[in-house]
Amino acid sequence: MLDKTGIAKRIAKEIKDGYYVNLGIGIPTLVANYIPETMDVVLQSENGLLGMGPFPFEGEEDPDVINAGKQTITMLPGSAIFDSAMSFGMIRAKKVNLTILGAMEVSENGDIANWKIPGKMVKGMGGAMDLVASAENIIVAMQHVNKAGESKLLPHCTLPLTGVHCVKKIVTELGVFDVLPEGGFKLLERAPGVSVEDIKNATAGKLIVEGEIPEIVI
Amino acid sequence: MSNQLLNMNKVVSGADEAIRDIQDGMTLMLGGFGLCGLPENCITALVKQGRKELTCISNNAGVDDFGIGLMLKQRQVKKMISSYVGENAEFERQLLSGELEVELLPQGTLATRCMAAGYGMPAIFTPAGVGTEVAEGKETRNFNGKDYLMEMAFDADFAIVKAWKGDTMGNLVYRSTARNFNPVMAMAGKITIAEVEELVEPGELDPDHIHTPGIYVHRIFQGKDYEKRIEQRTVRVKE
Repeated sequence: MLDKTGIAKRIAKEIKDGYYVNLGIGIPTLVANYIPETMDVVLQSENGLLGMGPFPFEGEEDPDVINAGKQTITMLPGSAIFDSAMSFGMIRAKKVNLTILGAMEVSENGDIANWKIPGKMVKGMGGAMDLVASAENIIVAMQHVNKAGESKLLPHCTLPLTGVHCVKKIVTELGVFDVLPEGGFKLLERAPGVSVEDIKNATAGKLIVEGEIPEIVI
Repeated sequence: MSNQLLNMNKVVSGADEAIRDIQDGMTLMLGGFGLCGLPENCITALVKQGRKELTCISNNAGVDDFGIGLMLKQRQVKKMISSYVGENAEFERQLLSGELEVELLPQGTLATRCMAAGYGMPAIFTPAGVGTEVAEGKETRNFNGKDYLMEMAFDADFAIVKAWKGDTMGNLVYRSTARNFNPVMAMAGKITIAEVEELVEPGELDPDHIHTPGIYVHRIFQGKDYEKRIEQRTVRVKE
């Protein structure tokens, strides 16, 4: 089984040299730590920055330089600043190559729910609906089952949707899955120590297993 | 016509004068993302002025003791139009008790509805929210095989923004990610108020570097005592 770091490391392998990438809050943020130093990858923060760098050293925090999670960050040489309309303009126009975000549920036809639980305080969707509606390449990083032990890979989402037919790939602590255009979670890789049977038992939606499933290498 | 543009002076004495004619029930846009790039002086003045039943369009709702949270505490806000409203206990209390109305919109939709107002366009089409509850009651159009929602330009009585530098003609320059919603909101108000950290004379800002042309700005003043609070202080340790 993978821990959060393992999930982040596996997703980092999906990033290609020259990519512009938007990372959501949570596990996706960790992905930045595992992008190989040999690669030029530009991180987009939807509050209006391309070229996000690491956290500042203590004492060097600048309240005018934050990311979309409102954390103090730094800007790398070559960074660019822009307003919120342009930020979502470049997202809508598909200039951002890869979007990585968390989810509460994903359905076998690629629907995603990650912003609202009925009966609980709703904080809002932030930029998630814009990102999932426009990005061509969306990877979801999440736990395979929820705290109650129920599968988060479902035939249909039960929570209010964030977007429809948009998720292309999912990485959980159990494995890596493609969401097929015709519907279904295709198992690509399984986590170390996890059997195909374990994954079947934890997946409520349609699972497609073809041939020998290799172990994740990170 | 003079060949020196020195008399088009939009300077007011401060926040109190800038917001003097805001009335109960009006719709205000407030720039900022989280606590970054907030018009702090005007928010303080709005709390002092005490107008009620306001509709506030702002990406977030501040925290309990800073930003729009201060206006919520005084029960000045009837409705918030935002994309994300976490981190505010008083907000949650008013929402759950029904005292406060909230319209949540995708962040890009929020920004682009401001932009549309500033560009004189009645509406925009966006894929954000298609197939979700955000789409309820909205017109959907199909372009090239993909569905889009029609979202209307905002109509705000006042836009209140914060810039880094500005000149007396209202030209504005923002700093780093404190830019965020400020430029698009500055373009979108019937009356736009800009508070700046440094007010300069015409000619001191390079025309090539201006983010918001002064034509969009009606009132400007140099703010004071900026707190610039940090919401999530994250640092790394020097090795």
